[in-house]
Amino acid sequence: MYRYIIKRVLLVIPTLVGAAALVFLLMRLIPGDICVVRLGSGGGTFDERAVTACHAQLGLDRPVFLQFIDFVWGFFRGDFGISMWSGKPVLYEIAARFPISLEIAIMAVVIANVIAIPLGTISALKQNSPIDLVIRVISIAGLATPSFWLGILFILAILDISQAAFGSPWMPPIDYVPIWKDPLRNLSMVIFPALTVGYRTSAVTMRMTRSAMLEVLREDYIRTARAKGLIERIIINRHALKNALLPVVTLIGIEAAFLIGGLVVTEQVFNLNGIGRLFVQSVQNQDYTMTQALVMLVVAAFVVTNTVVDLLYAWLDPRIRYS
Amino acid sequence: MTIAAPTSRTIPVIADDMAESRYPRLRKALIFCRRQPLGTFGMAIVVIMALAGICADWIAPYSPTANDFAAMTEPPSWAHLLGTDQFGRDQLSRIIFGARTALIVGFSCAIVASVAGMVLGVGSAYFGGRLDLYLQAVLDVVMAFPLIIMALAVVAIFGTGIHNVIVAITIPLIPRCARVLRSSALSIREVPYIDAARACGFGHSRIILRHMVPNVMAPYLILLTAFVGQAILAEASLSYLGLGVQEPVPAWGLMLQGGAEEYASTAPWIAVFPGLAIALTVFGFSLFGDSLRDALDPKLRDR
Repeated sequence: MYRYIIKRVLLVIPTLVGAAALVFLLMRLIPGDICVVRLGSGGGTFDERAVTACHAQLGLDRPVFLQFIDFVWGFFRGDFGISMWSGKPVLYEIAARFPISLEIAIMAVVIANVIAIPLGTISALKQNSPIDLVIRVISIAGLATPSFWLGILFILAILDISQAAFGSPWMPPIDYVPIWKDPLRNLSMVIFPALTVGYRTSAVTMRMTRSAMLEVLREDYIRTARAKGLIERIIINRHALKNALLPVVTLIGIEAAFLIGGLVVTEQVFNLNGIGRLFVQSVQNQDYTMTQALVMLVVAAFVVTNTVVDLLYAWLDPRIRYS
Repeated sequence: MTIAAPTSRTIPVIADDMAESRYPRLRKALIFCRRQPLGTFGMAIVVIMALAGICADWIAPYSPTANDFAAMTEPPSWAHLLGTDQFGRDQLSRIIFGARTALIVGFSCAIVASVAGMVLGVGSAYFGGRLDLYLQAVLDVVMAFPLIIMALAVVAIFGTGIHNVIVAITIPLIPRCARVLRSSALSIREVPYIDAARACGFGHSRIILRHMVPNVMAPYLILLTAFVGQAILAEASLSYLGLGVQEPVPAWGLMLQGGAEEYASTAPWIAVFPGLAIALTVFGFSLFGDSLRDALDPKLRDR
């Protein structure tokens, strides 16, 4: 087991270095000179000195290799540079927006699994019945519905229902309050984006639960359990579900990708000032230092999640380690 | 006890009836429709959207860019079946023309990405060795970027617009295709007829094109349909964020960007119909792709 852990963890390093190299390269592919583009984007005039100063500030006057070392070293120290748009440290901007995104992400995962695992199980138990068909359609619809549209529909519904109930339209608040200060206000703000992202994420898990469950139900030990006269409920809960959920664990990695994609768009819809919104804004504002820091952070989070999932899976299912 | 029951009892009858048919492809298609009602439904949606996109010039009642300032944010009526937006443009016409944009982006991304993925995946599996090792390392790194994040990063560099959006969505799709096709191709490489072909002295290109590629066509087609849906969704998301297709090109995501939230309470039709078009189209591709997988991959048939 220890050998497997060490091997798997060491594998993270080349992936992250490769990702860093890719981000670094991409940001150097920007046509023309970043500084000229940035300084000229306002339509104003600027002189050579401003360009030189900008180059020095971004470290662009140094050899490419040293720039890359700086870039990677900065990440290790948690120093991501200064935002080209706001002039504040990138880390400061990210830290301010992190809690809300994290909270939505956690709630979305909870919602997704609460929807997905029971529905996926029922769908497998009643394979090819009308219920199965309906659940499968729900899950495929979840994959097909763009999260921003779902968000807009939520807003429409909130407006209409509140109009009908209170006589005046009500909208969820948009300024973040931590959950320990004002739980009601916090939840009323976070629940709708979490539902939006969660439903989409649940679609993947639902399908996986269904197919894993179908496979397990055909195993010999389920037949044995039935043959010795166990109640169906115990067979499903103790014997089938426990084994079927094992491969579902591996989905956490894919769910993470869905969450990130969902957050980027959903925060925009609900006007929430989170990481996803910051990302979109930094792309719009051509804030390259911010963009590269955010891409790198997301990728790092994604790679680490996948590694943890792999380790978790190996721990749960010893067969994996030896293959 | 759940012992797999035959999926449908009518299939053998159909197959027998059509056995003498002179149109084997038509027969296969009919069997597919019988066995996969959901897939047929999905295919129907896709065909309708494709026809709308191709014939947009003839079937759209108005020009997608014509403003009618006398009829702004009008609710659906006989003159404007799906209402008008805040600039007085006919929603139905914009959705019909939007189908063209969505399908152009969807198909170009899917085709380019899957062909590139096939070249990399099958090539990597066939030649193996160092090439395979390095290629997989590079693809793993690209895979570490979630699709929308990679697309946003590419847009950040090259800028917005339909061509850049196609590039931005194609790049992250390539490794996803290459990885799947590589693993299919790896198992084919071990099959004796590949050795036989080599023993006959056939060149690499002939073995790859004639003997390996046809055998990975099933996963290839499944991926292709899945990619079209994913690309349409990604394009809509980028356009919604203002980082994809730009005005005045009619695109579904873009239609939701401008007024959808502002006018949510007074003109809900602006928000509802374009989103419905996206969801329906992607839904169609997903249903079709799923059924295609069931039909082409016997191992998965009863799941």
